Order: sequence, then structure tokens, then C-alpha cells
Amino acid sequence: MSLAAENLGFGYRGRRVGSGVTLQLEHGEVLCLLGPNGSGKTTLFKTLLGLLPPQEGLVLINGRDAGRLERATIAREISYVPQAHGAFFPYTVRETVLMGRTAHLGLFSAPSARDNMAAAAAIERMGITHLADAIYTRISGGERQLTLIARALAQEARVVIMDEPTANLDFGNQVRVLERIRTLAGEGIGVLLSTHDPDHAFLCADRVAMLHQGRLMACGETTTVMTAQQLQQLYGIPVSVTEVSLQGGGSRKVCLPLGVL
Amino acid sequence: MNARSFLVFALAAAALAAVTGLAFATGRYPVAFADLLRVLWAWLGGAPHGLDPAIDTVVLQIRGPRVLAALLVGAALAAAGAAYQNLFRNPLVSPDILGVSAGAAVGAVLGIFLSLGMVAIQSMALAGGLAAVAMVYVVAQAVRGHDPLLVLVLAGVVLGSLFGAFVALMKYLADPYNQLPAITFWLLGSLASVSPRDLWLAGPLMLAGLLPLWLLRWRINVLSLDDEEARALGVSTVRIHLAVIASATLMTSAAVAISGVIGWIGLVIPHFARLVTGPDFSRLLPVSIVLGAGFLVGVDTLARSIADIEVPLGVLTAFIGTPLFLWLLTTARKGRQ
Repeated sequence: MSLAAENLGFGYRGRRVGSGVTLQLEHGEVLCLLGPNGSGKTTLFKTLLGLLPPQEGLVLINGRDAGRLERATIAREISYVPQAHGAFFPYTVRETVLMGRTAHLGLFSAPSARDNMAAAAAIERMGITHLADAIYTRISGGERQLTLIARALAQEARVVIMDEPTANLDFGNQVRVLERIRTLAGEGIGVLLSTHDPDHAFLCADRVAMLHQGRLMACGETTTVMTAQQLQQLYGIPVSVTEVSLQGGGSRKVCLPLGVL
Repeated sequence: MNARSFLVFALAAAALAAVTGLAFATGRYPVAFADLLRVLWAWLGGAPHGLDPAIDTVVLQIRGPRVLAALLVGAALAAAGAAYQNLFRNPLVSPDILGVSAGAAVGAVLGIFLSLGMVAIQSMALAGGLAAVAMVYVVAQAVRGHDPLLVLVLAGVVLGSLFGAFVALMKYLADPYNQLPAITFWLLGSLASVSPRDLWLAGPLMLAGLLPLWLLRWRINVLSLDDEEARALGVSTVRIHLAVIASATLMTSAAVAISGVIGWIGLVIPHFARLVTGPDFSRLLPVSIVLGAGFLVGVDTLARSIADIEVPLGVLTAFIGTPLFLWLLTTARKGRQ
């Protein structure tokens, strides 16, 4: 067991966002969190990362209470990929990824040659070596997302939490990011990600959790949980889940909206 | 440090040496460059220079402390500005953002108003600067539920205007023939009356502030990210914020205590240094220090040589700093998109 929440209540000071969330993430699996806007996905992530204190219940990292762990200790176990954003200062992609090494550095140390190699390796794994010396504030949204994932890889944590890693990306970059997420799971990293597109869960998730008004509506194997009925309840619109056969054999499930469309 | 940043640093250091030499040589009693070297060599314990003894007084007693003070104050203000800009994730922030200068002004003006001695006035300026930032920090702690850095800046602005009102009140009450000119002179900034003893007071304090900034240089890079992102990367942001604020405030207060209020350096120099070296603090800090020291030595040399009377330093840095800053702002857009 790597990351677990037990009966977790979460929110901000004076405002409860969600409660009663119990879930687990194993190394090497992809868990996809679905939920409508305002259902509390980001708040849940921040609480799992120890950035917000739990209002009730526990976050366990390798069986230890996260509330008692140092920031650097948590960072060596769990890394965080926020939504691709601007930056305040024009660091290069290489420098941005190097910041992922911080949890491995002493308080007064700067990155060593070993850290530089780890960062270069992470950049290569995300396929953005050609961007290493580009200025982070000047590259595209998709390239920034890949940079932030590379930074999480440089952190060498065995769990990665990604907040809508496919938001603001074009169709090709969305699929590329999902492919990379699958590759990471194949390398033994546990990935917890949120998305607004149910098809992304069909594409990359081993398991799916559905968050509805701060409560866990369902959690389990992708094909068991992702039924038309559940999705309808989650998003409040009629949907159909259909199996389509792919050219060259095999089939895949997709989610389509119904109604006036 | 790669080849490019080494070149930048070497160029900046050479420019600093040239400006410093010029500052020693320039003035009502011009000193030839060769004579200057001989005097310095003699002072270091080498062969006696055999020149007019007056040259010793000019170089070592009059210009020496002043040039050294300009180097220290310029370096301290620029270093503190670089740290504050990273900390507040804003390239338009200056060292007075948390009310250091306003607090120091209250201390110094109160000292002048009470007709205290020079050392007492400087100590009160130092204490005033540190106390102002401590007050701002305490007030900001009491406000919860907002971005902590934004609250700090707001508290700094609000308390800064209160300190300004206090200074205005004392100017109004001060004796217009003795005290008011002294107060005005101090508020405009000057290095004219710096003594070697002042340097022994301010120098160690500035170094004590600089050391943590250098040691924490990588953490300070990470602090320029979003607060939550920095914490997710393993940085205990509150502790590092406190250490950086305390260090930069100490440097600024020590500078203001011996030089009065000199604006613009802490804003313009780190901004300019960032354009040259990029934002990595381990390069930004040394380049800011060298450029800040060189800038103030140059401006101070101008201040005492362009006119028959001394031009106040704060006025001159604003006259030079404002166009320079506007030029940076309009021509170079490298920041957030």
C-alpha cells in the first residue's frame, strides 16, 4: 500500500468541501478521479498531498500518518503535477525540472551533477530534450504540462498526483500525455489523476473513483464503475456507454452524451 | 556556473573595479591613477609612496570610507531587492515593500528630533527598520484566509503610510533652522558623513544578512513558485520565508542606517541583473551585488562632482533609475505571459 485515505473529511478553514472519502492507490496502477466542477477534486488532492490538513480522518503514506511527516519526506514519496500554468520568472525548462530535486537536497545545497543527470533523464523520458534550454514561460501549454510531469519524475516519488493533466491540451497532446501516464504505471509508479473526459478514464485507468458533492459515489475497476447509469448520475445528463470495435481488431468503450444532441 | 554567466560576472566585476578606481580619483582634489595605486600599496604595508601627505588624507580618510560605504550599501540594497523579488514572486518589488525604509525613517527622524548623537540616530534607524518589519509580520499573521504574501504586502503598505504620517508630524514640529534641514537631508539619502566607525557597525550586519541568502539560494528559487507547489516540492515555506525576510530586512536596515533612504537600487538592479543572467538565484545574487555596488559608487561619484553643491543621492538615483526602469519595462518582456 502506498497512498491511502481513511474516512477523509477535507475543505478549507470554515468550509467543508467533502467527507467520508476512503480510497487506496497502489504502486504501478492508474486511478482516475472523475467528478463535476466543484465536486472537490482539487481540494481532495491538496489534502492527500498534505497541503491542507484533513478535517477528519487520516491520510496514510506507506502506512504512516502524513500529518506527522516533514514536507521533504512527503515530497520524496508523492509528487504533484498542477495544471499547466504561467510562471513568475523566466526559468528554463531544465531549471524548472531541477526544482523537482529539491526534496533530495540539503537545506543549504544547490543541485549537484547527479541531480542534473536525474533532471536530464526525466526530460528525456518526457521526450522534450529539444526544449531543455527553452524558457518555460515561452513554450506552449502542452509543452509546459510535459515539463511539469518531468519535474515530478525528477522528484523520484513512487506516487504522482496529477490535477487535470489533459486540460487545455489539444487532441494529440492529450493522447500523448495519457500514453506517458500508462508508461509510468508500467514502471511501477502509482498515478492518481483527475479529468473531465470520461473517455480518458477508458483510455488509461485501471480503476476509477467518482466524486460527487464531496462524497465518493463509486470506486472500483474501470469497466465495472463506468456504466451509463453511474455517469448519468455523476454529471446529471443522459449518456450512453458504447463499445466500438477498432480497425485492426479489439474494441474500446466510449462515452457519448444523449438528449437533444 | 556556465561560460556565459562567468563572462557576465567577469565583465560586471571589471566594470565595478573601474568605477571604484574612478571614484577614488575623482573630486575636488584629483588623484592620478598611478598615485592612487601607490597610496593603496603603501597602506597595505608596501613601500612608502613619497607623495604629498595630503594625498593620504584624501584617499584614505575622506574618499576611502565613502567609496567603501557606497559599495556596501549598493550591494546590500541590490541583494535584498533580489531576495524580496523572488520571495514575493514579483519583479517590481523593492526592499522597502515591508516598510523597512519607512520604519528606519521614523527611528532616525525621532533621533534627530531629540537631538541625539550620530551613533544613536543610526542605531534608532536600524531598530526602526527591524521593528517596522516585525510589526508588519505580526499584523499579517493576524489576518487569515488570504494569500499570506499578499497580506504581508498590504500590511506593509498600510503601516508604511502610518510611519510616513509620523515622519511628517515630526518634520512639522521640528526646529526649522537646525533639525528640519538634517531631517530632510537624511530622508534624501547621503554618504557624505559616513565614518569608518559606521562601516564597522553596518558591514558585519550586512554580511550576517547575506550569508543565509547565499546558503538558501536554491530554496529561494523554489520559493518563486506558487506556495502550494513549493511545499509539494518539499520546501517548508513558512520557515524559509521568515529566514529570507529577516536576512533581507537586516541588510536593508543596516544600509539605511548609515546612508539614509536611497530608493530605486533594490528595484532596478536585480531586475536588470535578471535580464542579464536569468532568474537562477545562485547567479542572480552575485551579479546583483556587483551591479548594485558599481551603480551606487558611480552615482555617488556623480553626486559629489557634477555640481558645486552635493546633489542628494536619493534624488539622483531616482533621476537615473526611473528612465532606466521604464526602458527595461518597455523593451524587455521576459516575465510571465
